[in-house]
Amino acid sequence: MRFVELATRNFKEMWRDPISMGLEIGIPAGFLAIFWSLGRNMGDQSFLTITMLVPGMAVFSFAFLLMFSAILLARDREGALLSRLLTAPLKPHDFILSYSLPYIPMVILQIAVCFGIGALLGLEVLGNAGLAFLILLVMGICCVGLGMILGLLFAAHQASGVGSITITLVALLGGIWMDLKMIGGVFYDVGNALPFAHAVDAVRDIIVHGAGFNDIATDFYWVLGYAVVFFALGTFLFRRRMVE
Amino acid sequence: MSYRTNGNRFAIQTFSLSRKFGDLVAVNNIDLSIKEGELFSLLGPNGAGKTTAIKMLCCLLKPSSGTATIMGHDINEDPMAVKQIIDVSPQETAIAEHLNAWENLSLIGGIRGLAKEEVKERSEELLEIVGLTKRAKEQVRKFSGGMKRRLSIAMALVSDPQVLFLDEPTLGLDPQSRRGMWEHIAELKGKTTILLTTHYLEEADALADRIAIIDEGKIAALGTPQELKDSISDMQVMVVKAKNLTPGAIEGLKEIYSEVKATEDGIEIRAKELSFYEIVDYLRPRGIAIQSVSLKQPTLDDVFLHLTGKELRE
Repeated sequence: MRFVELATRNFKEMWRDPISMGLEIGIPAGFLAIFWSLGRNMGDQSFLTITMLVPGMAVFSFAFLLMFSAILLARDREGALLSRLLTAPLKPHDFILSYSLPYIPMVILQIAVCFGIGALLGLEVLGNAGLAFLILLVMGICCVGLGMILGLLFAAHQASGVGSITITLVALLGGIWMDLKMIGGVFYDVGNALPFAHAVDAVRDIIVHGAGFNDIATDFYWVLGYAVVFFALGTFLFRRRMVE
Repeated sequence: MSYRTNGNRFAIQTFSLSRKFGDLVAVNNIDLSIKEGELFSLLGPNGAGKTTAIKMLCCLLKPSSGTATIMGHDINEDPMAVKQIIDVSPQETAIAEHLNAWENLSLIGGIRGLAKEEVKERSEELLEIVGLTKRAKEQVRKFSGGMKRRLSIAMALVSDPQVLFLDEPTLGLDPQSRRGMWEHIAELKGKTTILLTTHYLEEADALADRIAIIDEGKIAALGTPQELKDSISDMQVMVVKAKNLTPGAIEGLKEIYSEVKATEDGIEIRAKELSFYEIVDYLRPRGIAIQSVSLKQPTLDDVFLHLTGKELRE
């Protein structure tokens, strides 16, 4: 259970960093309110309704967490803290747990904030809210796994750049504030190959149409598959990093 | 590969330890035996292979060939056993910026398996030693560079390891802090086996029981500081303070005496036989104003220059 110490440290790093908190909570909350207001002014035909925006903004907020987790790990590598930790009797799974578990409370908070603001702005969930939470939780964990990979592959200044690109890609190809079908063509295919749009669409189906697990099973397993692949790759990279 | 030889217990032994990076041989067939409780210094300029050697001994880097044992545990075959008994202070400051000093020490104590009470006791002691008790509850990102460095070293001591690796521990510290850190390291002598890398001669001279001079990945000489100095005791070192010294004049002197080093205010010449008159007769006709000439005892700097043809801070 030695990983608990390192996990606790990573948890504190995140909660004590005001920029991280602002990006992970403040921006999605602010954007949600702004786009909702924009949608209201655009009229009834607008895509920017609260039911469409809440799932998208929750997934969008995970992209900021992804960037933070990547930068923290990259900084630890650069500042030699990771080298120091790698000389301790910790195993690869200790590192994986330490650099992923602390972010799960943030994922839960991000979901709660998006749904909480949504509720204030009139969101009604027709289907099982627990199921919506589950798929978003898996999506959040998937983003944490991707952040770990970026943190192991890139330097801190590169990780922030790659993280920004990822945030933009999530926004554009995840169908966050527009229907992916409207983009069409190869972008639609790429968006559909990635997990983000699947998570967003599944939660929208739950909220709007009251979809059950069988209806969104493909989307769920698509997101879960990515999470498994990202964590497997993260473990491989950590194992490789442990002894150069 | 015996753990004991002639009744001595070796804490660290290396066996033809080598590491290549492409065509570059960073560490070249190093054989060392460091006794338990010994403070051993690897002395060499930047890029000599000191950090690479330490990284292999800490199981962070796989040797290209050869191996090493730490308290009898092979670094290739049983890295987890090695990691249980070592700790390291890396060359770069390795701390968690958003934690306070206390939490940083607890982090390392925790991952190294110390009980909470033990961590508390050790942390209090170490914070006092490195002079950070009053700032213990502040986030360390607000600390000065020297304070961060002191904390980073304290973090290596919290688990009270059997073998401690200190990679350039006083790099970046001001002279006063450096002296203070030497005192703390000296207090560990005899209790903990320490492998210290440095490119500060005074540091190795003041602290080390034995020194290995390392250059271009190879051990150039090994012995106690006094043995190393004695190895060139038959050499004389003449210190000439002079004005108007030209590079041409220094090069000319090198044809007479091979070891001539330019200093801030003159030159130092090393040779088995030095002729005061020969040197003065060479310099004066070239318009060089000699202010003083004196002889001095050989230092480790002289040993290093003699062995490698380089200065440590090159």
